[in-house]
Amino acid sequence: MPEINVTPLGAGQDVGRSCILVSIGGKNIMLDCGMHMGYNDDRRFPDFSYITQNGRLTDFLDCVIISHFHLDHCGALPYMSEMVGYDGPIYMTHPTKAICPILLEDFRKITVDKKGETNFFTSQMIKDCMKKVVPLNLHQTVQVDDELEIKAYYAGHVLGAAMVHIKVGSESVVYTGDYNMTPDRHLGAAWIDKCRPDILISESTYATTIRDSKRCRERDFLKKVHETIERGGKVLIPVFALGRAQELCILLETFWERMNLKAPIYFSTGLTEKANHYYKLFITWTNQKIRKTFVQRNMFEFKHIKAFDRSYADNPGPMVVFATPGMLHAGQSLQIFKKWAGNEKNMVIMPGYCVQGTIGHKILNGQRKLEMEGRATLDVKLQVEYMSFSAHADAKGIMQLIRMAEPRNMLLVHGEAVKMEFLKGKIEQEFSIDCYMPANGETATVTTNPSVPVDISLNLLKREMALGGPLPDPKKPRTMHGTLIMKENSLKLVSSEQALKELGLNEHQLRFTCRVQLQDPHSDPDTLHRIYTHLKSVLKGYTIQHLPDGTVMVESIVIKVSSSAEDTNAKVLLLSWSYQDEDLGSFLSTLLKKGLPSGLC
Amino acid sequence: MAAHLKKRVYEEFSKVVQVTHEEAPAKKLRLSKPSKSAALHVDLCKASSSTDALQYLLTFSRKPVEAESVEGVVRILLEHYYKETDSSVRLKIASLLGLLSKTPGFSPDCIVDDAINTLSSEKSHQVLAQLLDSLLVIGSQLPESPAVRLRLIEVAYKNLSDSSFGVRTKCLQLLGCLGLLEAPLGKDTMRDVQSIISDYFGDQDPRVRTAALKAMLQLHERGMKIHQIIYDQACRLLSDDYEQVRSAAVQMVWVLSQLYPESIVPIPSSNEEIRLVDDAFGKISHMVSDGSWMVRVQAAKTLGSMLQVSPHFLEQTLDKKLMSDLRRKRTAHERAKELFASGEFSSGRKWADDAPKEKLDTNTVNLIASGACGAFVHGLEDEMFEVRNAAVEALCQLARSSPSFAEKCLDFLVDMFNDEIEEVRLQSIHVLRQISTHITLREDQLDTVLAVLEDSSRDIREALHELLCFTNVSTKECIQLALLELLKNLNKYPTDRSSVWKCLKFLGSRHPTLVLPLVPELLSTHPYFDTPEPDMDDPTLRFWFWSLNAATSCPTMPALFSDHTFRHYAYLRDSLSHLVPPLRLPGRKQVYGLDSVDCGSGSVESAQLFLQQSLNRVSTIQNLEAAGAPELLDLTIRDLQRLGELQTELAGAADFCATFLRCQLLLMKALQEKLWNISVPLILKQNITVTAAAQQVLDESYKLEFLYSGLENRQVATIHHVRLQAKALQLILAARTRHGSCEKFLQDVESFQRLFLTELPHLQDSFVEKLLELLPRLSSCKPVEQVKILQTTLRQSGLLQLRLPEQIHRATATIIEPTGESDNPLRFTSGLVVALDIDATLEHVQDPQNSVKVQVLYPDGQSHVIHPKPADFRKPGPNRHRLITQVYLSHTAWTGEACFHLAASCWPTAPPAPPGWDGPDAMDGLPACRGTVEGTIPFSKHVKVFIMPKPARR
Repeated sequence: MPEINVTPLGAGQDVGRSCILVSIGGKNIMLDCGMHMGYNDDRRFPDFSYITQNGRLTDFLDCVIISHFHLDHCGALPYMSEMVGYDGPIYMTHPTKAICPILLEDFRKITVDKKGETNFFTSQMIKDCMKKVVPLNLHQTVQVDDELEIKAYYAGHVLGAAMVHIKVGSESVVYTGDYNMTPDRHLGAAWIDKCRPDILISESTYATTIRDSKRCRERDFLKKVHETIERGGKVLIPVFALGRAQELCILLETFWERMNLKAPIYFSTGLTEKANHYYKLFITWTNQKIRKTFVQRNMFEFKHIKAFDRSYADNPGPMVVFATPGMLHAGQSLQIFKKWAGNEKNMVIMPGYCVQGTIGHKILNGQRKLEMEGRATLDVKLQVEYMSFSAHADAKGIMQLIRMAEPRNMLLVHGEAVKMEFLKGKIEQEFSIDCYMPANGETATVTTNPSVPVDISLNLLKREMALGGPLPDPKKPRTMHGTLIMKENSLKLVSSEQALKELGLNEHQLRFTCRVQLQDPHSDPDTLHRIYTHLKSVLKGYTIQHLPDGTVMVESIVIKVSSSAEDTNAKVLLLSWSYQDEDLGSFLSTLLKKGLPSGLC
Repeated sequence: MAAHLKKRVYEEFSKVVQVTHEEAPAKKLRLSKPSKSAALHVDLCKASSSTDALQYLLTFSRKPVEAESVEGVVRILLEHYYKETDSSVRLKIASLLGLLSKTPGFSPDCIVDDAINTLSSEKSHQVLAQLLDSLLVIGSQLPESPAVRLRLIEVAYKNLSDSSFGVRTKCLQLLGCLGLLEAPLGKDTMRDVQSIISDYFGDQDPRVRTAALKAMLQLHERGMKIHQIIYDQACRLLSDDYEQVRSAAVQMVWVLSQLYPESIVPIPSSNEEIRLVDDAFGKISHMVSDGSWMVRVQAAKTLGSMLQVSPHFLEQTLDKKLMSDLRRKRTAHERAKELFASGEFSSGRKWADDAPKEKLDTNTVNLIASGACGAFVHGLEDEMFEVRNAAVEALCQLARSSPSFAEKCLDFLVDMFNDEIEEVRLQSIHVLRQISTHITLREDQLDTVLAVLEDSSRDIREALHELLCFTNVSTKECIQLALLELLKNLNKYPTDRSSVWKCLKFLGSRHPTLVLPLVPELLSTHPYFDTPEPDMDDPTLRFWFWSLNAATSCPTMPALFSDHTFRHYAYLRDSLSHLVPPLRLPGRKQVYGLDSVDCGSGSVESAQLFLQQSLNRVSTIQNLEAAGAPELLDLTIRDLQRLGELQTELAGAADFCATFLRCQLLLMKALQEKLWNISVPLILKQNITVTAAAQQVLDESYKLEFLYSGLENRQVATIHHVRLQAKALQLILAARTRHGSCEKFLQDVESFQRLFLTELPHLQDSFVEKLLELLPRLSSCKPVEQVKILQTTLRQSGLLQLRLPEQIHRATATIIEPTGESDNPLRFTSGLVVALDIDATLEHVQDPQNSVKVQVLYPDGQSHVIHPKPADFRKPGPNRHRLITQVYLSHTAWTGEACFHLAASCWPTAPPAPPGWDGPDAMDGLPACRGTVEGTIPFSKHVKVFIMPKPARR
């Protein structure tokens, strides 16, 4: 039986470093090529030596597909393509292709310029790598080669995030990347059609969580900002440059518009401005509201949000500032935080998770006195809020996607093992399909039962139609006679005559003959006649002929009578039929073995 | 050129054939107008190729065909049909069959047989489908003929097994539209229509499945009772691969759930059984998270109309058990409620205050919600606003029928106030208003609601004010909160004044007991000290409406008021009487005897009685010359006017009667004048007054006809009668000064007779009756005599009695903005336009989009009529419209400020520009009635707006 093998090199029972190998129908595909945020050594990148010990990967991979621009999904791409060596096609959507190099460059700068690492990929490598990228459109079927085709679906999550449907012949795999089943302020919800893949590889970050409605969170967020502004306080929102930041900007921008607020909103510049440019461009990838109103006004052309300047932080009066980075561990956000922390009118809103050890984590846990470098302490008087804005599907969302796609098998990646275990159980119980959750380097194998397409000759089909019976119903199997020819990777069903002709063989006739002993006092011709009348009464709807040469023909079956020499009453019937008439022949022989009814004249 | 020649050739040719056809044998004679069919026949015969033929048919199909020649045309078409080899031409012919049989006045039963016969020989599936479609048209043209129907149904049965989806679809359509509702008697061969259609629920083609479902729905619509067996099949189709099938299946399931709500269905894989409507509800709820948004909209809409569902299931739709790391988590709603209960209001101040609490048993967590779980939670969070809107709508319908559900869905609706699309926000506010009778808002909910008051959209704010008018709140803090927010709103958007005041009024009168403890603080009174008297224009004054309204039902409240409060009360009561209720103040004389404090609800009947009596009294005046008649009329008119002011319910009726009587009075006075006996040169002065009277009566008659709604034919006849009298009067006057012809008048009389033939018996002894008697004589004699006759009849005719219809309302318009009180002129650059915001309320105006205009009267006497856009009209309530628009004014330079007049006016649509509206020729010397444009009736007061040009820049 054919198999599909899935091996995660990263993200197997883990979050980060997404890299999954799929071999399907003889093709090898790499899904995502990410890095791990938590490590600074070799474990940062997937272990490509799993694929091959030496040399380039080009020979072993048919294509690489990147689902979206987050570094844990594309961070290792230049390393893989330029340093390890891969020259095949890399597929990603247009927005991903546009934004990905910005992030990679930023990542490179931090590691090389700030941390001083050597043996890291260079800017030129990023450029070279991006040259190998083939852009994808949503719902566009792309032929990688003659047999392998891929198709992207909308995934929400971040701008340009996509799920991919990979198909070889009748076998298929869907890889979701990261996705979000509830729409937010700037992106829509993930959607896939009922493609019934053999395996659905889904992320499971929130496998054990069912989240509350987004609206409540948004409302809370807006209310807090609004109240602080009205009090005359300043609001600091530490964010990471891409993704959530845009969502929050839209949220505040529309709120400012709606409520006619005048307080300034600033965004600390840098990477964001470049990225924001792309958000403006890729309107088709955003949600309904933005798509519908962009003719009047592009929502990403912010009216109220202006670029931040260092000096603004000391301005009097209320303001809202988005500043990077998101965990208050360094940079502009920390500087502003230090300035504002002393005033209880001010507020800091943490929109995401904070790693232990960062200031963000400390203040979230209620620490009011912070030790800064140089023994200085900082009194935190401002209000600290936590607001979770995350764009992964929750348990319900994952189930909803399964219901949409109706896969035959399920495979979970990008999540913690314990949580996966729970979801696995649920999936198996609800949908009664197999669910796999391989660890890194472990291979999950799924046997498939692909349907084999066979060409059928028109003549044969027409002949079959002519035989009558009900019209063909595609839902019911139907038997027919024919010859299967396997030739050069193609299968053909033809009539036997044609097969003989094509193969240059002679036809062999196969005839069965059979003797039946019969007690009959009449003469031979009479017996024959009696048989003729008997058969005529039994076999209605068949052509039965009494031929002058002393035989009875039922269709093509020949019946002859001869009496044995010693006993004239004991007649011997000779039956002969060809292989094609096997059914009728054996029926006749059993019928005649029973003897003739006495009432015949 | 060539085409032209060709055309001419055919024209000539067709003429020739026409002659031959007329000479054709007798059997052709029933083609009374053979020209058409003949021409077609020739065209088709001439057609060298199938494309040509198709071209002829296409041009032919654009022209209408007379009912008499249809049959002939059909025969020719069919004749050609059998000859034609190209299927596209046959297809066109088939479609023409359907088109032709729709010709009004043609009964297609004669072509049924021919049409059916064509089916048997047809090989092309497309043509076959088109033929069936045409048959469907024919069948639906003949609803009365069961024989034809039976035949058509048989045809449909025969073709159902066709291999093309198009043919099967059409057959099913045919069955759905024509299938017999009762099983045909004595015909066992024909199976039940339903079971045949339901066989195709499993068809391989999704289009056929959809058609089958649609056909079934069609049967249901036509009144056939769908069998319950279908339910299971329909449910299976809910998980079809194709959205149109699922969409139709949702409808089907809904229909069945309405038909058999109480029957019991088993739950698969368990022994339990539930009601069918609950089961269907659960299944449709499931569809709210479907992959296709069309289906989601459909499902969400459908849920709203399933009112029989049991409350247990209903409440599940809002259920969404949250968990985090396998531990149960409370929703933000629950947390808010708890915080509220524990006295602390703020929420989410601490990180992880939403930290999950108890550990969940993994077995009990149901991730795919079976049944109705969380349907609305999904629907309200959907990515398409259409779905969200539908879900809000459905919530509204369900909540209106179930108070407990209303309570539950409150949180969700309040959340929707924060939607990104204004339409959805507005919708959810409206919905909350509709269910507000069932609910009491908690403080935190109110807080969220009130936050919307700062919205920059006027519609949203006004909807919210409307909502607050009907809201119940629970505590005095709430009411204080609402008050403060409303004041904030007022500061930010001063244009909301009237709406906020109204809102305060209702809030006060709704919660008197909650207001009571707040009164001293708000009115800033102090037990010991006299506080300074507030300024009358102070915004705090707005509390007044509120406390005063509360005081009407809370007798202890006035005791808290200080002296100046009472003085202000008198002022406010007078200036803003619609917002300040009458109060029974202790130790104070009723300032106005008419302040109807004791005018309870029962007085409507008494007022009605009074109205009737007044009318009866007037009706005793038989003769116009009778002494005291004018006085009586005068008195009655005054009474009625006052009655209208006192009783708003009867204002329309009283006003109507008063206007009518005034017309009568004017006529009476005009005829009573002794002037009729004086010689011509002496009466010039009186003449003018009489002419003015006649004109006024005419004007009033138009107002009577077009400004009042609820008039019956009888009243209209009476009004026309008055108008006729006025016209007669004008005619007589005109005849006295110069010679006029009364032809036009006679035409008017005739048209009156034509229009009100049925009403004539009621108009006994009236002017018209007499006139009609004299009509033959009148039309034949000389003009001088005509006038004489008219004069005598007019003077002799009696007073017409007025009978009041049930409900009668006067259309009014109040211009709220601009107020007309402002002395500050609006400045603009001369030569350019200046936009003026207009805000007006229209009451009892029918079809305002077409009839209401804004009329601008320029200082130089010019008058413009401006048509507002249809979108400028909003409908806040029954019989009420709101016009918010901008009017562009412009004028060339002048130096000082100038005053523009604005008025809403009505453009009577019924008769396009009433004839003789600006009076007959005789009116020349009279000043034109100020402020009217020809053909319009102003129905609001004029508002003065001062505008002043800025000095033009050089």
